[in-house]
Amino acid sequence: MPNAETAIQLEHVSRQYTMGGATIQAVNDVSLSVARNEFLALLGSSGSGKSTLLNLIAGLDRPTSGSIMAQGQNLAELTSIELARYRCNTIGMIFQSFNLLPRMTLEENIELPLRLAEVDREERPGRVREALERVRLTHRLGHRPTELSGGEQQRVAIARALVNRPKILLADEPTGNLDSATGEAILSLLRDVQRQLGMTIVMVTHERPLAERYADRLAIMGDGKLLSASEITKEAAR
Amino acid sequence: MKPRDLSDLAFRNLREAILRNALTTLGVAVGVASLVAMLSLGVGLQELASKRLSQSGLFDTIFVTPKNNFRGMGRPQREVQSDKPPRTLDEDARKEIEKLPNVIEVYPQVRFFTEVRFNNKPFATVVAGMPDSSRNSGSFDGMQGYFFSSPTADEAILQIEFATDLSEKPASLIGQDLVLRYAERQALPANDDASSPSGEPSGGFSVVPKELRLKIVGIVETEPAAGYGGYGNARLLMPLSTASTLRAAQVNDLRDIVRDNTANKTTYASLSVRAKSPSQVETLEASIKSMGFAAFSLLDASKSLRTFFSVFDLLLGIFGSLALAVATLGIVNTLVMAILERRREIGVLKALGAADSDVQQLFFVEAGVMGLFGGFFGVLFGWLLGRAITFGTNVYLKRQSLNPIELSSVPWWLVIAAIVFAILVSLAAGLYPASRAAKLNPVDALRYE
Repeated sequence: MPNAETAIQLEHVSRQYTMGGATIQAVNDVSLSVARNEFLALLGSSGSGKSTLLNLIAGLDRPTSGSIMAQGQNLAELTSIELARYRCNTIGMIFQSFNLLPRMTLEENIELPLRLAEVDREERPGRVREALERVRLTHRLGHRPTELSGGEQQRVAIARALVNRPKILLADEPTGNLDSATGEAILSLLRDVQRQLGMTIVMVTHERPLAERYADRLAIMGDGKLLSASEITKEAAR
Repeated sequence: MKPRDLSDLAFRNLREAILRNALTTLGVAVGVASLVAMLSLGVGLQELASKRLSQSGLFDTIFVTPKNNFRGMGRPQREVQSDKPPRTLDEDARKEIEKLPNVIEVYPQVRFFTEVRFNNKPFATVVAGMPDSSRNSGSFDGMQGYFFSSPTADEAILQIEFATDLSEKPASLIGQDLVLRYAERQALPANDDASSPSGEPSGGFSVVPKELRLKIVGIVETEPAAGYGGYGNARLLMPLSTASTLRAAQVNDLRDIVRDNTANKTTYASLSVRAKSPSQVETLEASIKSMGFAAFSLLDASKSLRTFFSVFDLLLGIFGSLALAVATLGIVNTLVMAILERRREIGVLKALGAADSDVQQLFFVEAGVMGLFGGFFGVLFGWLLGRAITFGTNVYLKRQSLNPIELSSVPWWLVIAAIVFAILVSLAAGLYPASRAAKLNPVDALRYE
């Protein structure tokens, strides 16, 4: 059962799709608990169901069966509007392809979650600046995303994910489109932010060495099932 | 999302695909323009017709006659008689009617057969007195020469056919004099001894031939305000006050003298009562009837005219709406295309916490903004189109030596109604795309490349 120290609790979560008459078991009976302020890495090959699991935790999708508790909320009981509010206020998301809106400037991209959360206009510039300082990017605010390098774009995406001060940060292959040095810099940044703000991070990745270096725990998935979830010892990380 | 943020985002989205959205908006504008142009023509024609008709005095005028007036003379069948005793239509009655609410003026119909001498040749004609108010009624628009210089001037305006009788070049008559020969009614001294042994009524009048020199100041196509109660169309018009002071013997005089001892008083064959607007004619007519007079108006004709124009406007509106219907499809198309293009963006918005309703409203606002601008420019184009049609028509009329007319009219209610209609139609067009965007599965949308 979830306790006060549990940020996310998955109980027998399954997600099936029907595609062309065939049923695909994307996530199959996964039970997993993530503690508050934990940095969990979800590892697995392509099609193992890790991204589907992340979307279920994010409230972008609903499980076919099983229950998901996040920050004390049972996602199955939330209406679609409440689920949107949960995504807005509790969750921050970053993606492999950054998903910044190309028609908006960096500043406007970061401000977008504040608009959705109906934060006062006067308060927004300060919040945007604060988020940018956290990702150590305070120049080129008027530029558009395509004018930035991949690493910079991911920093902006992290700033956008942090601007509503979420309790849980979900990262879907955040280093997938970056070279290894930049990828490491991004993970280092995530780790710092997590420590400073006391957030729970669930990161989907297939780069095991990076995950071992930065995450607190690894959860490995295969064929929609959770194969193992293990603590990482300092030795293993090295 | 707050309304201001919603509109900020909507405007930003519209600006990003400026060419396509501008073209869609232009489509709406053309649709609204055709609707506005059609309706403005309908309204313009209606205004033109009612202006002409109200200038003719037919629809805001009540014709009052004494109740026992004889029938015939082309008069319509009189309404059911009221119980009130018949009254003489004299100056007291005129003043009484004038005091009724919503009455602009009450003037007698002074109209008599007479002889006119011009270049020592006699011409028989009917003379009518024109009230000074007819100056502004528009009936004399486009006349040759001028209206009477004063309400009591010894001046005449000729009807064109009569003018042609007088001279082959009617225009040359203006400024010349003619002599009006008429029979003046002079009252005989009343018999003071009312109880004469014979018991016959006293009074009466004698008729004395008189002459009046009138200056021809203008020539008009038709007699304005021919109205009802005339004894044939008048072909020589003179100021009503001047005509009244002549005390010319009129048709009703003989009847009045046989009926009653009213020779000393001025009695009228008929009075014309002008109401402030045609809508007040009905109640006014009833009040006059209850005073003991016969009254008649052409209100029913005006009602059927209004019905005709309502149907006419409706038909024009339907034809005008066709272009707007096509424009609506343009909005649907543009927004559906926008959903395809912005699929990933919608997914991101949802991942960041946008509710389905936020996405729906965003598309709705975009459709509404296109409707607003389309409506605004449509009204402008429609007005310009109306002006162009009026201009073209007037060029044609000028070539035909006819007076220019105001063919189209864009009243303020049409401006507001057209813009509101454009917005509503655009919102309706946005319904399907907006709900489709709102229902988009964010996981699929985010996966979309």
